Amino acid sequence: MNIIACVKQVPDTETLIKVKPDGSGIVEDGIKWVMNPYDEYGVEEALKLKEKLGGDVTIVSVGPARTMETIRTALAMGAEKGVHIDDPSLNGADAYTTASALAAVIKTLPHDIIFCGQRAIDGDAGQVGSVLADLLGIPSVTFVTKLEIAGTAVKAQNAIEGATVTIETSLPCVITAQKGLNEPRYASLPGIMKAKKKPVDVKNAAAIGMTAAAKAKVAKTVPPPARPPGKILQGDDPALKAQELVKLLREEAKVI
Amino acid sequence: MAKGVWIVAEVRDGAYRKVSFEIASAARKLADELGDEVCAVLCGSGIEGKAAELGKYGVDKVYVADNAALEPYTTDAHAMAVAKIVKEKGPAILLLAASVQGKDLAARLVGKLATGLATDCTGLKIEGGKLVAMRPMYAGKCFGEVAFEAAPAMASLRPNVFPIAENAKAGAVEKFDPALDAGQIKTKVAEIAKDTSGKIELTEANIIVSGGRGMKGPENYNILEDLAKVLGAAVGASRAAVDAGWRPATDQVGQTGKTVSPNLYIACGISGAIQHLAGMSSSKYIVAINKDPEAPIFQRADYGIIDDLFKVVPEVTAAAKKLLA
Repeated sequence: MNIIACVKQVPDTETLIKVKPDGSGIVEDGIKWVMNPYDEYGVEEALKLKEKLGGDVTIVSVGPARTMETIRTALAMGAEKGVHIDDPSLNGADAYTTASALAAVIKTLPHDIIFCGQRAIDGDAGQVGSVLADLLGIPSVTFVTKLEIAGTAVKAQNAIEGATVTIETSLPCVITAQKGLNEPRYASLPGIMKAKKKPVDVKNAAAIGMTAAAKAKVAKTVPPPARPPGKILQGDDPALKAQELVKLLREEAKVI
Repeated sequence: MAKGVWIVAEVRDGAYRKVSFEIASAARKLADELGDEVCAVLCGSGIEGKAAELGKYGVDKVYVADNAALEPYTTDAHAMAVAKIVKEKGPAILLLAASVQGKDLAARLVGKLATGLATDCTGLKIEGGKLVAMRPMYAGKCFGEVAFEAAPAMASLRPNVFPIAENAKAGAVEKFDPALDAGQIKTKVAEIAKDTSGKIELTEANIIVSGGRGMKGPENYNILEDLAKVLGAAVGASRAAVDAGWRPATDQVGQTGKTVSPNLYIACGISGAIQHLAGMSSSKYIVAINKDPEAPIFQRADYGIIDDLFKVVPEVTAAAKKLLA
């Protein structure tokens, strides 16, 4: 089985995000870069599928030079090879542009199933997997928490508001991974050593035959609105403090 | 130049989801500013009779695709139907709900329409006759103002943020043929298992009571559930509680869970890790109950109680019960 897993490198969840004074983006100094957590679920599912059905896993990623580290992490987890699309015109690109770059590469590779995270935790757009599927002309199932493959038949589960839906489709398809799909493995030490020798193709935009043309852009980045200082309720009696809280929520905040 | 502010209305089991009226109201506001009209796309089966109701929330015209293949929702059929009418009429702006289904549909439409989409927006404005969308990024650690370079300018709107405004317009109904190609509908719904527990969805809740590591174990969440029941609230959890296996992943609030903006968020035994704060800081009011006075959650809280949550929460429940009785 030819399995593809797309990954993105993002700031670690514990990162304090600082906005540049001119609003042109975030300050990248001192950020710890990691694999997007939702992509980890995708890579793990890809590896589980390979272990069950045979085949190999190719990692595809768009990003600047530092992204190679995240590709190596996926290779250390057990993927066979990687493609790194690195071009300044694609840094901070919108979902359509990024998906076009991924599609340009994946079209040239055999692909039975493609995994993406349901969203990347930096831009939070949650679009790339679906756009990629559309550009490849194959079905997409998003926010997947359970996946079964039998032959070319695909059965996937996702949670919508107030219900769990079971969706059937067939290979080839794109699956976007949601928390709950699996528990991603850690890279082993031998895995990390082996990953260093695994092949990764680095390509620029020209090499994949694409010219980036933005459809949308973040024109300005701003910090979140400041919250006014709060009130700590004083006293020793939990019951009295609880009563005061309820009174404030009713009379001052008017939310209950 | 493209004209028209459009929405995609979301229906489930033949009824509108509340967020459909929120996006209709938001679209009306934009259209009034632009001197433009609001059109809605409604896709489903046996729903033609429902279409005119959207007029109440400012919709001038409703394009209806009534077809058995559009119920229940599948990505393929709905994306095909919406793309067809949008390509034909060429609106300037297209708004959807940032619900699970709305996000799925919107993203697939980006591919079909080769355009830009701002996901999960919390604000919209018109600048120089064009849409600018405000949206949280990094789960709310910062906000981006998105400008569009292609049409339609697409935005999905976070539920519970945009106010519903009644503003009666014609709501004229026009049917269209979605021209569904059965061979291209490759996804099919095998089963929809409804959650019958009466649980309120986190992203749609007005009030959330949330518990973290300080809950000490899954067996103690009943005290939060008791409070939630009195307040009509949903129960959430921090990543620590989910990773410990105390609560399901669907309950997680934070950067790797759900980003929520209820009117009231009550954090119990949650220290306030950066990734959790990111997911709930846009709540209107925040209450923190934690015995650690140094917990970062107190810096975000409107009201804080530094005490043992096991003593305080049942008292809050009792006081709220008395008040709301």
